[in-house]
Amino acid sequence: MINAERVLDALGDRTRRRIFVRLRNRACYAGDLARGMRVTRSAVSQHLQVLRTAGLVVVRAEGTRRLYRVDTRGVEALRRWLDGFWEETLSAFKEAAEDAASAAGAASRVRKS
Amino acid sequence: MMAEQIVSSGFDPNSVRKVVSVAAPQSIAWQVFTQQMGTWWPLAMYKIGKANAVDAIIEPRVGGRWYERGDDGSTCDWGRVLAWEPHARLVLSWDITADWQYDPSLNTEIEVRFVAEGDTRTRVELEHRKLDRYGERRDEMRTIFDKTGDWGQLLAAFAQMAATRAKKAG
Repeated sequence: MINAERVLDALGDRTRRRIFVRLRNRACYAGDLARGMRVTRSAVSQHLQVLRTAGLVVVRAEGTRRLYRVDTRGVEALRRWLDGFWEETLSAFKEAAEDAASAAGAASRVRKS
Repeated sequence: MMAEQIVSSGFDPNSVRKVVSVAAPQSIAWQVFTQQMGTWWPLAMYKIGKANAVDAIIEPRVGGRWYERGDDGSTCDWGRVLAWEPHARLVLSWDITADWQYDPSLNTEIEVRFVAEGDTRTRVELEHRKLDRYGERRDEMRTIFDKTGDWGQLLAAFAQMAATRAKKAG
């Protein structure tokens, strides 16, 4: 699993947020990402590396080019950080147990009738 | 999310307590928790293996494994069964580190009590304790486990934290 603190650190930088938002719309090559930004290509590469470590983007080699796209694991880690682990897990359990109880209740009503 | 029915009580830096009232008899609550965990555990988010997790399994005996199963058949341990008292009490070890890796020597503990409130309702009390085993990452992990589902408040806290971090980084 990905560390939410790392995700927060990664998105705490404006340029990285811009890169991430661009990738959210569509997968991009590193070179295309640098275009239209006031940063060098090598700076973009470094930012992409931070985003990768945080679990926010993944890369795939296509020949000599590298295609970047959003990795949902970082976003999930952030959601987990916001939601709280046991809150969410117990809410899911409650729902399942109550479904099982009403299914069992319906079955016993059918048997009785 | 039905967060209003889950309450935390008291503050202990080494433990997180949650209570949830479930409209189900004690036996069903126990059964769903221990034998059908894969049907409700948020596996898309809370899993440690590389594969997509498709089930979460607790072996029904003291010393049994608690693990996830991936869609490729692989398994990843989460912990062990420390106490198995059907319908009433379950204690598991949670051996997943702050980096979300399995480490059998971690030994944080999760105790779950199922208290019947009449024939149709059960109070489920969960305590995740011995968080001191996370060492210097205890507070970080406690926050992850304990957080309440108040999005507005949390987002405000997040915005503030992000701003502070951005300032530091900038």
